[in-house]
Amino acid sequence: MSHPAKASEFLQDAAKAKWHDETLWFVRDKRDTISKTIPEWEKLRELASQIKDNVLANLDKYLVQFEEKATANGIKVHWAKDAEEHNQIVLSILQRHQCKAIVKSKSILTEECHLNPFLENNGVEVVDTDLGERIVQFLNQPPSHIVLPAIHLKKRDISELFHEKLHTEKGNEDPAYLTHAARLHLREKFLGAKVAITGVNFGVAETGEFVVCTNEGNADMGVHLADVHIACMGIEKIIPRRKDLGVFLRLLARSATGQPITNYNSHFRSPAAGKEIHIVLVDNGRTDQLAREKFKNSLKCIRCGACMNTCPIYRRSGGYSYGSVVPGPIGSILSPGLDVKKYSTLPFASTLCGSCTDVCPVKINIHEQLYEWRQEITKAQGTNAKSISMKIANGIFAVPFAYKVTGVMMRGALKILPDSITYSGLNTWGKQRDLPETPKETFKDWYKKNRT
Amino acid sequence: MTQNKKIGLFIPCYVDQFYPNVAIATLELLEKLGCEVSYPLGQTCCGQPMANAGYERDTVGTTKHFVEIFGDYDYIVAPSGSCVLHIKDHAPAIAGMEKEQESLHYKIFELTEFLTDVLKVENLKGSFPHKVGYHASCHGQRGLRLGSSSERNEPFFSKAKQLLDQIAGLEWVELTRTDECCGFGGTFAVTEEALSVQMGKDRLQDHLTHGVEILTGGDMSCIMHLEGIAKRNQQPLKFMHIAEILNQVIS
Repeated sequence: MSHPAKASEFLQDAAKAKWHDETLWFVRDKRDTISKTIPEWEKLRELASQIKDNVLANLDKYLVQFEEKATANGIKVHWAKDAEEHNQIVLSILQRHQCKAIVKSKSILTEECHLNPFLENNGVEVVDTDLGERIVQFLNQPPSHIVLPAIHLKKRDISELFHEKLHTEKGNEDPAYLTHAARLHLREKFLGAKVAITGVNFGVAETGEFVVCTNEGNADMGVHLADVHIACMGIEKIIPRRKDLGVFLRLLARSATGQPITNYNSHFRSPAAGKEIHIVLVDNGRTDQLAREKFKNSLKCIRCGACMNTCPIYRRSGGYSYGSVVPGPIGSILSPGLDVKKYSTLPFASTLCGSCTDVCPVKINIHEQLYEWRQEITKAQGTNAKSISMKIANGIFAVPFAYKVTGVMMRGALKILPDSITYSGLNTWGKQRDLPETPKETFKDWYKKNRT
Repeated sequence: MTQNKKIGLFIPCYVDQFYPNVAIATLELLEKLGCEVSYPLGQTCCGQPMANAGYERDTVGTTKHFVEIFGDYDYIVAPSGSCVLHIKDHAPAIAGMEKEQESLHYKIFELTEFLTDVLKVENLKGSFPHKVGYHASCHGQRGLRLGSSSERNEPFFSKAKQLLDQIAGLEWVELTRTDECCGFGGTFAVTEEALSVQMGKDRLQDHLTHGVEILTGGDMSCIMHLEGIAKRNQQPLKFMHIAEILNQVIS
């Protein structure tokens, strides 16, 4: 289904759509307020953007440096060219440890690689330990937002779900009660898992360390109880120096949720005695995107989700309307790089209002890339009715006489046609909107009479 | 400042066809402020509707025509942020016309920025005793930077407010969401009809909640969309382009 179809389905439940819009606007508002307490906010964004420019221009060198340092620290580094290879690497580590149950803390990369179904098909129980992720996992749904994975659900939905899955009291919607139930449930899973999987927010090239940011401490809980830690990392997550974290951690938390700092910024360098740390470095289309001059900046993304919270489309159509792992504006410029046909409606699911670009902590020119993807998509689609009409339009606007004749016809038609036709289903504009009244003369006619 | 300067009036195609009064107001306003303005009759469209739909490559003829028509003017002024932004950012490069296109970039102005930045209008005399809500079009707001963006940490400014504040009796109404998109978005208005209308309804509600009588703005495309929804739902709002208010107020 295309984005417009799914969006109009989402809007059918007007009350819920309004709630979704207001909830995410609240998050954006929090982000606005806290970002304005940092006088150098715009400088920080610029600095972050420049650091990422440097990373993208030297990615090969930084990755090799990162591998060397990490290896020297006792970490095992693996390289995966695509999702399949990534999944195989993870599975082989689990098999070596005869591990049948793992805990995972939020990782969008593993969603992108569809690791959960792959492991489950190979007899491994996967438990997502981020509360929101666990909720959507119970429902067999993907996350609808990269930072707030269950934001499409309300307290009542969670209460019903937990009653069914965790046997909480029927009808008890108290958030503290429900969270406590989830905590008990997850404790058991943490204690039982020999292997913990996490994502990576930042990999530091100069030290071979990596940082994982969570608000719930679930990554730490999983990792410290397990014998083996597998960290899955997209190759663009590199930053050059440890001190660069001072820029990115400040931007990330404020942009994501309006917090001054993420609750747990956990730094990992070496495995504890008798334990193992693995890092899987994943390409999966990233070097292809890096090779696209107009779109490579999309790889600067630090996955804060601010562009989703600010997007007037996302807020009113929900994460699932995009049908891609990463929804919202950033998803709409990343996904066509993976499959231009499948995601062809996404760059058009925007008014090019530019709010995403202004909110982005690493200054990705998101709306300009949406515009550029439109140009690529129409090329890829070849000749169709729309492309022909555009050629005709160009012919009209390039020739003043043709433009004049068309204009007269257009206005004439609007005057003559009865409302039943003007506002029929054929006229999408008029379904819920009146058309402007047609004036008796154009400005051009007026000007000729009055000024020449 | 603009003495002996040739000023070309660029009227977006849909304004020419549907909103001649906005074009007349723009022309009269500039004339009242002492400008010599001419409207080149051969003008058509800037090409934006096609480019935003993904067919920038098919706007070469349209762009070439635009450059030929307006190339010789010292200033080009349009009552639209959106069309001006298109000429600046998305008009395709025309071989052999690089210099003209480059200079166009610095010569073309949206109406309010021409008034505040070039004409330096500071003392408008006149009164307009109404509660006015301003709809900042996104292309003017974040594209041309006609006002501070709510997303960015920067001091507040608004070229429209700078002008409207000079008018006696006019009450500038603060909105809850100061610069959220109205949902017009060119072909988006039709391809994503449901979303487009919902966004428009939400914008209107913000104005209504704050007691706005007259909703104004710098882009008729947004206003056409918002007015269309308000009329359909019989909402008590009046709509005027900012040029119409300014022209009506000053004598």
